[in-house]
Amino acid sequence: MAVVQRELVERRRWLTPEQFLEDWAVAQLMPGPNVINLSMVIGDRHFGWRGALSALAGMLLAPLVLVLALASLYGSVADHPTAQGALRGMGAVSAGLVIGTGLKLMKALRHNPMGAFACALIGTLTALAIAWLRWPLTTVLPAMGTVAVAWAWRRLAHTPDKP
Amino acid sequence: MPAAPVDWLSLTAQFLSLSLLSIGGAITVAPDMHRYLVTQHGWLTDAQFSSSLALSQAAPGPNVLFVALLGFQVGLNANAGQVPAYVSWMQALAGSLLTLFAILLPSSLLNHTITRWAQHHQHRRGVRAFKQGMAPIVVALVLSTGWLLASTHGTPAQDWPLWLLTAASAWAVWRTRLHLLWLIGLGAVLGAMGWV
Repeated sequence: MAVVQRELVERRRWLTPEQFLEDWAVAQLMPGPNVINLSMVIGDRHFGWRGALSALAGMLLAPLVLVLALASLYGSVADHPTAQGALRGMGAVSAGLVIGTGLKLMKALRHNPMGAFACALIGTLTALAIAWLRWPLTTVLPAMGTVAVAWAWRRLAHTPDKP
Repeated sequence: MPAAPVDWLSLTAQFLSLSLLSIGGAITVAPDMHRYLVTQHGWLTDAQFSSSLALSQAAPGPNVLFVALLGFQVGLNANAGQVPAYVSWMQALAGSLLTLFAILLPSSLLNHTITRWAQHHQHRRGVRAFKQGMAPIVVALVLSTGWLLASTHGTPAQDWPLWLLTAASAWAVWRTRLHLLWLIGLGAVLGAMGWV
């Protein structure tokens, strides 16, 4: 996900940070891997179903080959401390990549109609429920989502529907 | 290992239905896959299941690839020792494609339909309220996922080098434009040398 954010928003500028958050929100709520969902949506938006399929193939093929090769390799060295150490080190970095991406996405909340305080409150409560209390996503997401969307709905009241 | 004969049809059906339940990513149905593959059918060992998860977490690419690794391993295990090695490898390859396809197809079709609808009605107040309201929640979920991944490190007092590595790579992604593969590579080297 860190890679997708960097490529699409920062390097290619196919999406603004705000658009990325919106599309990510939808991709997050749908079943299925969200990176895959997101890339198919973007592919489809620009090039129709052919774009969606190319995005899917592009996201999966090379990593699939790589991970299968790694798995075959790892199978023969699984008991070796060096291999286990390398796997642990890569795991620590990938956790950092996800956190860094989250920090970067906060910037996109600046223009949110709900205002900075409401955004911070909703974000903090969600993070506490998931990461600290370990409540299931299937409870937290509908509950927090309803409150947040209702609040955004109210705040959007003075801006009429665009045609 | 004494693997039970694999029923590929039932395996595919199971993954097809899990696909529609995988809200928040395929990782959310991993516990159910474990129940099905390891506990119920014994097509995989516990250790094989966990190392598949860890490998796909560490490797670049979408995390959903752990599903392909599970299929790969099931294929390798199926009638292992009774068929030539190349048949085992072909089975493994077919297994990885089958499970990946099954976990992706239903969710992709649903996602495709709904986002098209939302795109078409993007100026409606309801659609805008949904997107704007969900934005801070999405940021919080991303940060929480990172936190949960990091919290497998163990106690900070003992495993502080791992925590430091995580914090440093978070900072590098946030503030620098360093290529992400360099960071992963660095983690692998530090880990292999036994420094973290």
